[in-house]
Amino acid sequence: MSPSPQFRALVFSLLLAMNPSVQADYIFNMTPGVTEISRGIHNLHMVIFWICVAIGLVVFSVMFYAIIWHRKSRGAKAANFHENTLVEIIWTLIPFSILTMMAIPAAQLLIKMHDTKTDSDLSIKIVGHQWYWEYEYLGEGVRVISRLSTPQEQIQNRDIKNPHYLREVDNHLVVPQKKKIRFLTTANDVIHSWWVPALGVKKDAIPGFINEAWAKIEEPGIYRGQCAELCGVLHGFMPIVIEVKTEAEYQTWLLEKKALMNNHPTIGHTP
Amino acid sequence: MSTIPIEVQDHNPHHSAPPGIKRWLLTTNHKDIGTLYLWFSLLMFLLGGSMAMGIRAELFKPGLQFFEPHFFNQLTTMHGLIMIFGAVMPAFVGLANWMLPIMIGAPDMALPRMNNWSFWILPFAFTLLISTLFMKGGAPDFGWTAYAPLSTTYGPKSTDFFIFSIHLMGISSIMGAINIIATILNLRAPSMTLMKMPIFVWTWLITAFLLIAVMPILAGAVTMMLMDRNFGTSFFNAAGGGDPVMYQHIFWFFGHPEVYIMILPSFGIMSEIIPTFSRKRLFGYPSMVYATCSIAFLSFLVWAHHMFTTGMPVIGEIYFMLATMLIAVPTGVKIFNWVATMFRGSLSFETPMLFAVAFLIMFTMGGFSGLMLAIVPADFQYHDTYFVVAHFHYVLVPGAIFGIMAAVYYWLPKWTGHYYSEHLSKVHFWLSAISINVLFFPMHFLGLAGMPRRIPDYALEFADFNRIASIGGFVFGASQLIFLYIIIKTIRGGEKAPALVWEGANGLEWTLSSPPPYHSFSTPPLVP
Ligand SMILES: [Cu+2]
Repeated sequence: MSPSPQFRALVFSLLLAMNPSVQADYIFNMTPGVTEISRGIHNLHMVIFWICVAIGLVVFSVMFYAIIWHRKSRGAKAANFHENTLVEIIWTLIPFSILTMMAIPAAQLLIKMHDTKTDSDLSIKIVGHQWYWEYEYLGEGVRVISRLSTPQEQIQNRDIKNPHYLREVDNHLVVPQKKKIRFLTTANDVIHSWWVPALGVKKDAIPGFINEAWAKIEEPGIYRGQCAELCGVLHGFMPIVIEVKTEAEYQTWLLEKKALMNNHPTIGHTP
Repeated sequence: MSTIPIEVQDHNPHHSAPPGIKRWLLTTNHKDIGTLYLWFSLLMFLLGGSMAMGIRAELFKPGLQFFEPHFFNQLTTMHGLIMIFGAVMPAFVGLANWMLPIMIGAPDMALPRMNNWSFWILPFAFTLLISTLFMKGGAPDFGWTAYAPLSTTYGPKSTDFFIFSIHLMGISSIMGAINIIATILNLRAPSMTLMKMPIFVWTWLITAFLLIAVMPILAGAVTMMLMDRNFGTSFFNAAGGGDPVMYQHIFWFFGHPEVYIMILPSFGIMSEIIPTFSRKRLFGYPSMVYATCSIAFLSFLVWAHHMFTTGMPVIGEIYFMLATMLIAVPTGVKIFNWVATMFRGSLSFETPMLFAVAFLIMFTMGGFSGLMLAIVPADFQYHDTYFVVAHFHYVLVPGAIFGIMAAVYYWLPKWTGHYYSEHLSKVHFWLSAISINVLFFPMHFLGLAGMPRRIPDYALEFADFNRIASIGGFVFGASQLIFLYIIIKTIRGGEKAPALVWEGANGLEWTLSSPPPYHSFSTPPLVP
């Protein structure tokens, strides 16, 4: 006799509560990622962050100086000034020049990110569906359907959650290392958004339109992301897993995939 | 300076309130209508807030606990709509109704009957909107932004009710705005020149122009949605030659000025409260006015910074980045001016001032994350994540809502004739100010770690900060019941407030008794 589902649920939730390893470490910041672009983004992010911190420190120190020393309860008498054109011009110009300085590297990186037209090694068409991703390797005749593989039991809290809970799929998007990959995003139904933080790529997938993005990934490995644009009921349940292989491994994978597609032409088609 | 003899007015039956429910249904009095708006807004704040509690409860830990994803999406949508159109905007209109005539030396609003109408549309609009929760297929579930085609081809049946309720809210807002402009431009005491107006009046004047400019655009957007849904047009349907992204352009052409509609009146409130409790004149009055005007003007030119990931041409993205960064300049000027007002003042920290200081700090933090979001390459990582959720909640809750709460504490003794309990209100303040940071600050980390917004369940690496945020949320939610209690208690009684409620306060509102007479100024007062 097997234990009742209620009993199992109870045991699992107790286990869950006791087991601290299911909780990951605290992540405070954006990670630099694995492409030149994503590292550029991370740099910009840190620079603008420290600029904000610096401005904040100045403004808040003046404010707290006043809060501490210019209190009525300390016997502070109010001064009478209420205008100073020079000061006002200075504190208009300083933020203006800081921002202009910030805009230049941002625009440069942006132009680089938009360079989808030159020397791409392969193109992958990404189609967003309610609620899964479809990848088509253009010119190769290979198509991959990629769906969430987390079991319902885990989502409904009846089972212990996998380490990659909600960020695991049945078929990975496999790509080669150190190649310029062009991503063409579109959608079949509503707007989705294809986002892999480690690549520094987030591009809306819009029905009837094609958007472009690119990435050149340095390190082999598995990188995870998910749909970023609200796309209906299961928006939170259409993750992206991208597996970066060396060139040789990638070619092997591609050949296997092609053979499979030839033998079973239905594989990869929408059920 | 002249004040009016109250007794004389009350002898005339036309000049006092009719008894019972009729007083509220038929009222054309700016104070009664202001009170209605404020109560309505508080009710919506509590309703939208309880939805937020539901959202935070579901997100307390990974896995689905309380709600199906479909209902979760309805909750986030309704929370957004109710808070924006039901809580923040009516609260500001309520404050405008109560205070503008008093601050400019007018007897009432310029268009009192329209005033009544613009309020009484709201309960119907929101009954319609909230009723969708009980309809077959559920309430709108596409987010308050209602992007097509999720809201058109794929929207639930109730979407048409949502569209109609947006139309009603728009009509109400436009009428309210027309009334405010007419009042400010025509009913000022003759000696009150434009550049002598209190900044709260200035910011509302500018906000009213923004409302008139953009509410029709929202009405247009949802009408096109209605056409696409029911009359076979294809404005936003690519299969019929339309463009889903065009919806976003139209929506954000409304949406970005809307952001300033929700913050400019708060700027005005700060510019009243900070000088009062610093016992010092506002620093840089003219530059405050010009900064507000330039923020309002620029707000029309930056809409597509909400849409960087839709695939705009690079030159478009660079333009919208620069224009957005430019808004930081006048906004910075305002913050510097407030700090300069406090500097070498004689500060005291009654509850309105506490909220004002919290506003200054946390709104600035929201401004910083806004600046970060303007950097397009970085925005590709932040967009549609919890970083954005943190950003706009920092500008809306400790920004707009703390501004409203500061205003309520500041003027409540004027409205009711009683001081509120300074002790209880400080408890309310500190609980709110601390819990709001426990609630929203970790959301920055969640977004940077890669958690998208509008999801009912999440990966395990997001669990810790979500739990912290939820705890902060529950404390913040519960603290607002103290606010409700304080207001009711103050209306019922308390230490009597004189005409000049705050020692350092300046302005016409402090020349009238507390509470003010039923008709504010029947003879125009003299402005110093
Ligand atoms: Cu999606």
